Amino acid sequence: MALTGKNRIAYIVKRILFYSFILLLSLICIIPLYWMVRSSFMKSTQIYIMDPFVFWPQEMIWQNYKDATKFMPFLDYTLNTIFLVVVNIVGTVLTSAMCAYSFSRIKWKGRGIVFMIILSSIMLPGSVTIISQFIMWSNLKLIDTYWPLVLPAFFGGGVTNIFMLRQFFMTIPKDMDESATIDGAGHIRIFLQIIIPLSKSAIIVVGLFTFLGCWNDVFGPIMYLNTPEKFTLSLGLLQFRGEYSTKWNLLMAASTLVVAPCIIVYLVGQKYLIEGITLTGLKA
Amino acid sequence: MYIKDLKKLCCLIYENSIGGDNVPKGSITAFKTQRATKSNSSTMSRRRLLTNIAGWGFALPAILGFLFFNIVPMALSAYYSLCDYNVIGASVFTGLKNYISLFDGSDPAFWASVKATVKYTVLAVPANLIFSFMIALMLNRPMVGRAFFRSLFYLPSIVPAVANSFVWLLLMNPDFGLFNVILDFLGLPESKWIWGEKTVIPSIVFMGIWGTGATQVIFLAGLQNIPRVYYEALEIDGGNAWHKLWKVTIPMISPTMFYNLVMGIIGALQVFNASYIMTNGGPNNASLFYVYNLWRQAFTYMDMGKASAMAWLLFITILMLTAFVFRTSKKWVYYEGGDE
Repeated sequence: MALTGKNRIAYIVKRILFYSFILLLSLICIIPLYWMVRSSFMKSTQIYIMDPFVFWPQEMIWQNYKDATKFMPFLDYTLNTIFLVVVNIVGTVLTSAMCAYSFSRIKWKGRGIVFMIILSSIMLPGSVTIISQFIMWSNLKLIDTYWPLVLPAFFGGGVTNIFMLRQFFMTIPKDMDESATIDGAGHIRIFLQIIIPLSKSAIIVVGLFTFLGCWNDVFGPIMYLNTPEKFTLSLGLLQFRGEYSTKWNLLMAASTLVVAPCIIVYLVGQKYLIEGITLTGLKA
Repeated sequence: MYIKDLKKLCCLIYENSIGGDNVPKGSITAFKTQRATKSNSSTMSRRRLLTNIAGWGFALPAILGFLFFNIVPMALSAYYSLCDYNVIGASVFTGLKNYISLFDGSDPAFWASVKATVKYTVLAVPANLIFSFMIALMLNRPMVGRAFFRSLFYLPSIVPAVANSFVWLLLMNPDFGLFNVILDFLGLPESKWIWGEKTVIPSIVFMGIWGTGATQVIFLAGLQNIPRVYYEALEIDGGNAWHKLWKVTIPMISPTMFYNLVMGIIGALQVFNASYIMTNGGPNNASLFYVYNLWRQAFTYMDMGKASAMAWLLFITILMLTAFVFRTSKKWVYYEGGDE
């Protein structure tokens, strides 16, 4: 760029201001996470002292983490949560890919209108259906089991996921299935041997969203689980507060343990995740 | 809501997505059912039959799911809303009693919850839209490390609600929370945050801004879709940055803005986590959000009839509000292909 004299200085000043602003915003953005980790390493009395202000505890108390995992059956809750996450991912990926395949690559009668109606349920407020869903599950005597938390995943796995995969499948050239059809392949083979292998990145996105959604879900487990042995991490954490509301250091240590897997998964998959939102313009 | 609005919504979702390349912008032709070419040969019709079977078959999970988890529950809750029902006993038909009991003033908590939710929606929707749009505008500028900052700003959105709420309880604590320390440092008066009747909703709105990562990414994707030629044309005509924002960016982003507005309203009216995890609706019902109140009716007082009535009122309100926003959209949303 041919910037000279005054222009050049103005440009540099502008850039410095811009980057300072964005760095300030980044700091603000990270405050809650920083505060959580900071407090998780403190003595419980230290948390109440704000003057002098402590940026980071001089002596990090790892014992907090040990104590936090003792207050609730952390391992059991983790295994429960992982179980729910895995089953949900399997159901969601399988059925949303199937439906997306139908809505993108099979020309059947009524496809347009059916897809439009299903897509419109994005706008349907979830809170409107929860009560009847609860009553349905309780009539089926399935309250306090995992069924209400996993079975819905096998029925399409959510409109946003279907839509995202559909958008992705549309970008795969049509000639691929046409030549496969000539070779005598049916829809099941085209789906399993052509579409799925070509859509790995989109399927990863669906898996990631399902992981995050399921790991973070409190609404479902609160509603459907009663026995403490069946609780998930989020629900366990919620109970934790009721019992140890003043032990902020332990509460923060437990929270950090629940958040950490999400952050790791996010760091690994953030590229796909953001691509997924960009691709559909939807948030899952 | 009319079917036309439904189509418009779907168009909007299409326009926001950049994946499928077969849908022309602003067109509804994509929804016309495929008219198969006429053929007399029986093999053709047999093949078409097989195709239809395969199509319905592959889509069956979503169709059944839509019926089981949307349509049937909606119909059931419409029925329960006219009944006295506590899950354990049988339901007794009582007509409009549940609706009347909400409106005749015998339930002050209902009006408190309406007030809290309206207040939250009015504050949160613009706050989230403006903030995430500003972040997206910033990230859309040429800069070093854009991907890094984009991921960083999205990060708070993935923190599980329970853990996030706990951290914010600590941050906002009036006695030893970080926020009051910062206010002190800046010479501003301390706040009671979520423990004050007047400050609780603004505090929850403030906290919500940290969770707008997805909206930011959607805005950013919209911004990146604006063809550069428009800006170049404006530059030739001597337009400055201000003109670019108002004459190109804002009209071109208006469909995305519209979509985020609709989804923002729907989300805000259903706010729940903050009152469930953090405030229990307090202090003095100031944060008794509608859905939390509905939840209490259903699962604390076991009054499924009344809760269903509340659910239906919310559904109708959302429908009407969305339809209203759709109606006004003609005035401010710019569609590239021209509106039909």
